[in-house]
Amino acid sequence: MKNLKPHTRRNLITFIGLAVVWIVVTVLRGQGVLGRSASGLLVPICCYVVMALSLNLTVGIMGELSLGHAGFMGIGAFTGIIVSQSLMRAVPSVPLRLIAAMLVGAVFAGIFGFLIGIPVLRLRGDYLAIVTLAFGEIIKELITCLLVGVDEHGLHIIFNYKGLKGVEDLHLSETGQVIIKGAQGATGTQPIATFNAGMILIFLTLFIILNVIYSRTGRAIMAIRDNRIAAESVGIEITRHKMIAFVMSAAMAGAAGALYGLNYSNLVAAKFDFNTSILVLVFVVLGGLGNMRGSIIAAVLLYVLPEALRSMHDYRMLIYAVVLIAVMLATNSPIAQSFFARFRFGRKGGDEE
Amino acid sequence: MAELLNVNDINVYYGAIHAIKGVSFHVDEGEIVTLIGANGAGKSTTLHTVSGLLHSKTGSISFEGKNIAGVPAHKLVEHGLAHVPEGRRIFLQMTVEENLEMGAFTQPNANTPASLERVYEQFPRLKERQRQIAGTLSGGEQQMLAMGRALMSKPKLLMLDEPSMGLAPILVEQIFDIIRQLHQAGTTILLVEQNAQMALSVADRAYVLETGKITLSGTGDELIHSDEVRKAYLGG
Repeated sequence: MKNLKPHTRRNLITFIGLAVVWIVVTVLRGQGVLGRSASGLLVPICCYVVMALSLNLTVGIMGELSLGHAGFMGIGAFTGIIVSQSLMRAVPSVPLRLIAAMLVGAVFAGIFGFLIGIPVLRLRGDYLAIVTLAFGEIIKELITCLLVGVDEHGLHIIFNYKGLKGVEDLHLSETGQVIIKGAQGATGTQPIATFNAGMILIFLTLFIILNVIYSRTGRAIMAIRDNRIAAESVGIEITRHKMIAFVMSAAMAGAAGALYGLNYSNLVAAKFDFNTSILVLVFVVLGGLGNMRGSIIAAVLLYVLPEALRSMHDYRMLIYAVVLIAVMLATNSPIAQSFFARFRFGRKGGDEE
Repeated sequence: MAELLNVNDINVYYGAIHAIKGVSFHVDEGEIVTLIGANGAGKSTTLHTVSGLLHSKTGSISFEGKNIAGVPAHKLVEHGLAHVPEGRRIFLQMTVEENLEMGAFTQPNANTPASLERVYEQFPRLKERQRQIAGTLSGGEQQMLAMGRALMSKPKLLMLDEPSMGLAPILVEQIFDIIRQLHQAGTTILLVEQNAQMALSVADRAYVLETGKITLSGTGDELIHSDEVRKAYLGG
């Protein structure tokens, strides 16, 4: 390991750590140590880790604040549900359906990322943040207008923007099944998401993101973040590289969304609102901008914390806020930094990422 | 000598403000040409128009006989035009060598080691600081890095925007020594400067810009001895 580049070694440690966690959790579940409620958190945790990783690509690597990341998760979730439910008969294999759902979810979210990116990436800073926020909300509202059903003739989709139509307007046959009922969201979904699928998705996402960061494209994206004019003056095409990062980020959020959506039998679009976007942003900021390992740890801890405090009812969000403030204070204090610096190895002269 | 860059009658506007009013000039191969003028005369605007960051409503800009007006900035690097922007815009968080490598972004990877070698030869100071984070360099070193980075793309024309800005007099001397050396090594340079004395002392030819128009032109020697220039820029 000694003759590897520092960043390669660091990333290897992250991967090994993830693998250890995977094994430990699997063993614990096998032994029945993890209770039902704890096991139920595993898939959402995986989803939020992927969300944090993908948002870190936009916020940390590209350097633009996106406040609509939950929108892409929503697109992934509902396309994933539609794919899984409509393929129920054609593809009986659950893992295959899950893969198909995540792939299609990623592709759709990526397409929307591209379409939204065309106007949004012309903006910078606060303006970009505001517009992504708006798009996130628009996506949520659009999904709320959808009525989707499936029968042997195929998919029936109504875009119910006036709110006057009902499920019966889908004209499904006897054997047909409604997948999405407008504002009531997706009901009767077969939950097929598994923890293993979640871990595989995390590995895949991390692998892709780290490869991009250390590639020519990644260097270009970070160069744009560091100094736009200098980047342009060395011949980097700004819009194209920003678009690559944004679309990748959206597609990964879409895959995470598909997994998330297929973890519940009922899901409403209102889940993917501004609060969810902010939640993921908190993971990213607290984990460190551009620091992928930090994103993973922050996402896990900050997702588990409010759940662990559930018994404290009214006080749990209070404690959550206090912990956030404490972490921010602690990581900013020179004493704490020098304390943590002792545990860092193989790093000299600044952070690689 | 062959004409490398020809700028003919460009007009540039910032909204309603007419910043460049019919400017024409040319740069021949192997020359150092300088545009001098006071603050707000339109020097940087002219340079930005040539390098594609701004666009002219009229006239033409041709490089090696090809019209380059309207070509986006990042494409011009491939054509052999390198722009060293004002204010030492380097990638502060990258090391010196990584900054230089970014300069070779449009070049095939195989050429990078040779280009690095060449730049280190011209800027021995950068070689000493190879692995240092660029943000920790001094102002003069950052300017050298910005110039070195531009040279990595093997430009036919190097455009320098106020390389002396914000530097101590001794560093300004150093930077202009380097400009002379680059010129002797055969690089064609278009230099925009407020420091008229220094700029005219290295330039083959010079143009004086005032409020968006060229008011004077001639060889560096002619202008340095011209009464108008002496009064306006060289302190009598």
